[in-house]
Order: sequence, then C-alpha cells, then structure tokens
Amino acid sequence: MYTLKFDEDLCKTCTTCDCLVMCQYMDLDIDKAKEEIMKISEGEDSFVLQDCVTCYGCEEYCKRGNHPFYLITERREEKDILTSPRAITKQWINIGEPQGKYKVGEIKEKMLSFGFMPEFLRWVKGRLFEDIMPSFIFGQEFFCNVVYIHFANTSIIKERLPMVMDNFRKLGVKEVVCMHDECYGSFASLAPAYGIEVPFKPIHYFEYLYNRLKELGDEVRPLNIKVAYQRPCSSRLSPDKHHFVGDIMKLIGVDLVERRYSNKNSLCCGEVLRMASGYELANDVQKRNMDDMVDSGAEYCVFNCPACYAALAQKVAKKGIKPIHIIGLCRMAIGEK
Amino acid sequence: MSNVILSLAEIVGENYVSSGEEELYFYARDPGLMPAHKPDWVVVPKTAEEVQKIVRLAKKEKIPLVPMGAGMALTGLIIPLKGGIVVDMKRMNKILEVNEKARYVIVEGGTSHGSLKAYLEKNYPRLRHSIPDSPATATIAANMMIHGQGRLTQQYGFNSDMVTGLEVVLPSGEICKIGSCSISPEWFSKGAPLPDLSGLFLGWFGATGIITKVALRLYPRKKMRDVEIFVTDKEDLVPDIIYELTHTEMAEDIVIFSQPLPLIFKDNHHITIFITGDTDEELEFKRKMLWDALDGFIKSKDGGFMWVQPAMKPILLEMPQRSVSRFADVKKGGGFEYSGPIILVERYPECTRKIVELSSKYDLGYSGMARIIGRGHCMMFGFAFTFNRADPDMMERVRKALHEVSNYALTAGGVFWKPTVDEQRMAIERMDPNTRNLLKMIKKNVDPNGIMNPGNWEVN
Ligand SMILES: Cc1cc2nc3c(=O)[nH]c(=O)nc-3n(C[C@H](O)[C@H](O)[C@H](O)COP(=O)(O)OP(=O)(O)OC[C@H]3O[C@@H](n4cnc5c(N)ncnc54)[C@H](O)[C@@H]3O)c2cc1C
Ligand code: SF4
Ligand code: SF4
Repeated sequence: MYTLKFDEDLCKTCTTCDCLVMCQYMDLDIDKAKEEIMKISEGEDSFVLQDCVTCYGCEEYCKRGNHPFYLITERREEKDILTSPRAITKQWINIGEPQGKYKVGEIKEKMLSFGFMPEFLRWVKGRLFEDIMPSFIFGQEFFCNVVYIHFANTSIIKERLPMVMDNFRKLGVKEVVCMHDECYGSFASLAPAYGIEVPFKPIHYFEYLYNRLKELGDEVRPLNIKVAYQRPCSSRLSPDKHHFVGDIMKLIGVDLVERRYSNKNSLCCGEVLRMASGYELANDVQKRNMDDMVDSGAEYCVFNCPACYAALAQKVAKKGIKPIHIIGLCRMAIGEK
Repeated sequence: MSNVILSLAEIVGENYVSSGEEELYFYARDPGLMPAHKPDWVVVPKTAEEVQKIVRLAKKEKIPLVPMGAGMALTGLIIPLKGGIVVDMKRMNKILEVNEKARYVIVEGGTSHGSLKAYLEKNYPRLRHSIPDSPATATIAANMMIHGQGRLTQQYGFNSDMVTGLEVVLPSGEICKIGSCSISPEWFSKGAPLPDLSGLFLGWFGATGIITKVALRLYPRKKMRDVEIFVTDKEDLVPDIIYELTHTEMAEDIVIFSQPLPLIFKDNHHITIFITGDTDEELEFKRKMLWDALDGFIKSKDGGFMWVQPAMKPILLEMPQRSVSRFADVKKGGGFEYSGPIILVERYPECTRKIVELSSKYDLGYSGMARIIGRGHCMMFGFAFTFNRADPDMMERVRKALHEVSNYALTAGGVFWKPTVDEQRMAIERMDPNTRNLLKMIKKNVDPNGIMNPGNWEVN
C-alpha cells in the first residue's frame, strides 16, 4: 500500500513549527504548535484534526520538506474525522468517478491536462497554445483526485491515482502541462509522497505560459493595469511555482498590487469552507479578501483556479473589480480577446 | 349522428372541427401510459358561447364530452374513454383582466401558464403566479382542475387554493359564475364569505363542467431569486429538515429530489430551497436564516449545503424548470409518467425507499421528487419513471411499478394526485361511504346524462 513519507524527526528538531504557527485559521504559538504536531504525528488526538479547514497552507509553511497537511489528512482518515458533511463528501467522490466520458485531443508526447475542469475546454485557445493544442486530455480518467484531501479521504486518491497513471502511460505521453495546481501538485509532490510512480514529466502551466510569452517577445504589449491575484489553496502544493505569477505579470506589464492577503497570507476562495463548516467563516474570509482587493486599488482580480473563479467572479464584479483568468489576461496582452 | 360534425362546424367554423384520422389518432392519447382511445370528433372553440352550444348539442345527442388543455396531466385524464367529442380549449387563451392592487388575474379556460408568465413579466413586472414545472403549454384551468402545485405552493398551498373565481359551462349548457364574481364585478374570492361552490368543479377533471374563465391570485414578484441545495444521505432526517426550513418562512419553494444519475446525485437527498428578495441584503438575510436553521445538521455532519456553481443556477432557477422535461426523455422515445400521491412529509423516508425498491425490482430508471405543500402540511411525492415508447416491455414494467405505487400510497395514508381512472376507482372504494354517496349525488345531479368526461369520478 502507498504510504506517506513524513519524517517525525524533522519536527522534533524544528525550531519554528511554522506549519501551525503560520496557520491563518487557528491561533497557535510555537510550543503549542510543536505539541500538537507531535501528537498528530504519533497518532494521538489533537484539536487541529477537528479545526483545520484544509487550506493546504502548512504544506508551504514547512520549510523542512515535511508534509504536515498530508499527515493531518491521513490521521483524520484513520480516526474517521470528517471535514465536511458525509453527503457532501459522497457527492464529491461520486463526481470524480470515471464514467468513460473523457476527452482526448491529438495524442502527442507533450499534452495539456485539463484535469476535470470543463472551463479549460473554453479558455485554452489562441496563439499561446498553438504549438501544443489540440493535444489535451480531460475527464475523470485523467483526474488527479487531489481534491479529496479537502475531504480527508486519501484512500480514494490512493485507489484512483495509480489507474490515472496507467491511463497516462497508455497514451505514451512524456510531458504533461498541468492547467491546474492540483494536477501539478499531485504529479510533482503528492504521488511521490505516497510512493506512486509518475510516468511523465509534469510541467506547471505557469512555466509554460511564461515561456510562451517570452517566445512571443515584441508581440506582448504591456497592459498597464492593476491586478490582485487570488491564490488558490492548491498552489500551496507547488510553492516553488508561485514566483511565476509575478514573473508573468512583469512580462505583460501588469502591476501586481501589494496586499495583505497575498503570497503566504493568501486567503481561500471560501467555497470549500462554506461546504464544510457553514456560511459564517466563508463569508468572513470572502469579505476580508475582497475588501483587501478593493483597498489595494486593483482593477482586475486574476484567477488561477477555475473553482476560485466560480466562487468569486460574480462577487468581485459586484465590488467593481473585473474577474479574469490568468490565461485571459495573457491573451489580452497579445491582443487576443 | 352524422349531423354532429355539421352542427359542430356551424358552432365553431369548419376549420376548428375534425373527425379526420390524424386528429383522432393524436387526441386518442397523452404522453403517459394509459391505453389510447379515439374520440369521434375534435372541436376547438373560441368563446364561452361556443362551448355552451357544444355542450347543449352533446346534451341533446347524449354524446360524451372531454375538455382538454395541453394534455400534459399524463394520467389519461383527457383520453376519451367512451369516445365522443374532445373539446380542445387552447384557442380560449385570452388574458382578460389583471387587478394589480388586488393581485388577481382573470384568464380564459385554455390560457397556458407560459403565456400568463410572459404577459406578467412584460406588463406587470411586480406580479407573478404559481407556475408549475410542467411544459409551458400546460393550461391554467386544467392545472387548477387537477389541484396542481407550483413555485408558490410551499407558501400558499395547492395552485387551486389560489383560485379566486370561475366561470363554468354546466352540463346543462348554462353558464355559471362561482365566487364573488357571481354577485360583484370583482373576482377576488372563489367562495368566502359565500358557500364555496368551487369544490363542485375543482378536482373533478371536467366531469361536472367546463371552465371557460378562471381567476387566480397573483403574488409579489421580487427582483431577485436564488437557490440553495441542502444534501443529506439520511432519508430519515428529511422530515425534520423540512420542519426546520418551513419554520423559518423564508423559502419561496422547497422541492426534494433523489436519483441515481448523473453520479453527482447518487446516494443523496437534495433539498432545493428557492429564495427571493428585492435586494442583496434581503436575500442574504433569508439565506442566513435558512443556514442557521440547519446548523445542527451541518455540525453533526449529517447534511450540508452543496456548492451550487454559477453555471448550475440558471438551470435550477428557470421557470418552468426544463430539467424536469429533460428527465422525461432520459430513455429517449419520450415516455414519462409519475405517480404523485399527496402524502405527509413524515412519509418521505418510506416513499424514497419504495422507489428504490421498485426501480431495482423492475429494472427502471427513476427519479424521486417531492414538492412541499404549505408549511410542511403535506407533500407531493412523485414516483417518476421514464420509458421508451418503442419498448413495450419497459412500458409494461413501468405500468407494474406504478400499480405498486398506487397500492403503497393508499396504505401509507396518501391520497392520489390526478389519479388515473383505476386509481379513482381504488380511491372511491376506500372512501368513507357517506362521502362516496355525496360524491355520487353531486355527479348525478350536476351531470344527469353522464356526458362530462365519463369514466372519471364515477361512483357505481
Ligand atoms: C415534465 C412535466 C412536469 C410537470 N410538473 C408539474 C408541476 O410541477 N406541477 C403540476 O401541478 N403539474 C405538473 N405536471 C403535470 C401537468 O402537466 C400539469 O398539472 C398541467 O398544468 C396540466 O395542464 P394540461 O393543460 O396539460 O391538462 P390536461 O391534461 O389537458 O387536463 C387535465 C384535466 O383537466 C381537465 N380540463 C382541462 N381543461 C379544462 C377546462 N377548461 N375545464 C374543465 N376541465 C378541464 C381535463 O379533462 C383533464 O381531466 C407536469 C407534467 C410534466 C409532463
Ligand atoms: S511539519 Fe515542518 S514546520 Fe511543522 S514542525 Fe514539522 S518540520 Fe517543523
Ligand atoms: S491546512 Fe491550513 S487550516 Fe489546516 S492546519 Fe494547515 S494551515 Fe492550518
């Protein structure tokens, strides 16, 4: 069975315990953080197992290469601690069930993975993707299943991910450009953490976009706009790729506004919180996040994750901020609509 | 008898009467499962006076008369079981009057729900009526006749409770007004404070007269609507959830569905709660009240509000909701029928287990859907099955499943909604004998020749 590589010894000698000290949804000092993470590691009960809202943040906060969030998830599952109501958990597990309704474009060695997000079927077009489209895969059969860590259900990931890998293997694909952080995080970090072999090289689509924009050189026109970035939870699974947001914005002449809830302090889009624990926390987080965007003078809110887009696009628009996905923003910069 | 067609042509004009094979074929059936039976003539009147003349002719010749709207009731209620004349009401489609301040409308007996909705949206944007989820062509008079339910039923009861007056052509050929309009020019009440005579017609499936005008209540139309869906995997909790929700008095409409496909719906019960408001604040307030009401279920992880993504909302908020009609064609071949007993909400768990049992016993695709009537006073639980008309075996299996539903509904304390003639018979048999006699007496006196939609509500 696939097991998580979590090194308890690293925690024993850890002097910062950033994983929990930096958590934005719980208030712990270093001593308490150390005590709780050790309890979790040793399989004891901890209030963290009840209160963690699955923002994935601690995966990034830990600087010592450990996987505190995956650990929390595993322990919750062992102890049958649900993060969301049972019915919601079931619903999400059902959604990801392979149904033979996948779509595969032209099979090549390098392909785009849309995961299971239909938005990309509409959004991915134009010159940015001309050298790779129509090579794409979409559907549950190629779905990374990482979302189930929100539901503390790693068994379903461990059950499905090897089959997903087999499906990729059958295509003979060598490089996969992941259009979603969860896919990338799954193939680059979670699968290895579980000891699952990934038969291709995962590439983050930020890196792909950045390189394409550079190739397009002079055709890229500075947009001269102020933009707030909605960083998704899933981006915490690949923090090493986060710098591309700033790099891309620089290339397309966009002012990425300084704001309180950016980078490590980014706030969740809120919808997972709403499903799991009700509207109060979700509304509070969304309000603080959007007020911060407004205060920072952003004209646009740029999204990375389609789910964040679905959660917040209409709401930011009501605040006078235009919602746009990062692909749309890059296409704007090369004069596409 | 050969003169009938000429007489009918004299009444309505020759373009609006037929005994042609094509028309007789179509008017012999509805989209449900009941066996077809041809009429002898089809007539499409334009005015109450024409209806009156048709009824007088039928009375004289002792010919059965079957009033028909859009034929969407599905339970064979417009199938001319004993032949005769089908009176298709669709040309009587005028919206006659809207009293904006008293919030009622008077329409002709063949006016469709769709046209009233469109008319109000255009001319009275602050008013609405309780629209059912049937195809937009379904007629208002027929919907009242079968005690339909619509978007406002959770707040105001059966659609027929919203009737404020009727004009009916009696089997004798007289035109009779029911309610305040029998005394006053205003159509604000179907009964009170007078003896309520509307019960002589509503629920009778045209067996006591043909409605040529119907007035019904309109209600405030708020600027915004939204929808939330609470899901639980425990059917036993649904009645308590409904009790809490209806206690808030915040919902516009509450419908529940459970079905195995698509997979997103598998194993759960979906309580769809519609809300309305004139401002974001009003909507938010109502939403909060509803969320708070169910907080205990969320905390115990027994249920939660699912994320209704923006792309799903227009589908859910549509009126009528086309997804219901789409389900009707899941098996292709356009067969759809549901038995929808009116039953206590506390029977929800039993009903839902029954539909799962029947779908597995008869190998059928199903959807269980319930609409809350009043503040949880009862519900319509629809045992819905789709079938392919080109597959007689599947049709037979649906028939058997629905037959079992009928038996089950009665034993579970339910009452059939828009019952087939067989179900009417079952209901009559089970009825208190004195009630049965009263029913018989009314029918005999109002329609002594038994010409009105014969076969329906007949006590033998
Ligand atoms: C997909 C689908 C969804 C549905 N959803 C709903 C729903 O949400 N709520 C609901 O209430 N129903 C629903 N229905 C059932 C039905 O379609 C409606 O109740 C509809 O309003 C019936 O109207 P109709 O004109 O089709 O009636 P018809 O079938 O034409 O007639 C019904 C009965 O009324 C009699 N009648 C018709 N006109 C007159 C008249 N002028 N005077 C006297 N008697 C008359 C007929 O003889 C018959 O007995 C649904 C049906 C379908 C197919
Ligand atoms: S998980 Fe990382 S940050 Fe947390 S205590 Fe262990 S080593 Fe330190
Ligand atoms: S996932 Fe987020 S909420 Fe949970 S412990 Fe880590 S940082 Fe805190």
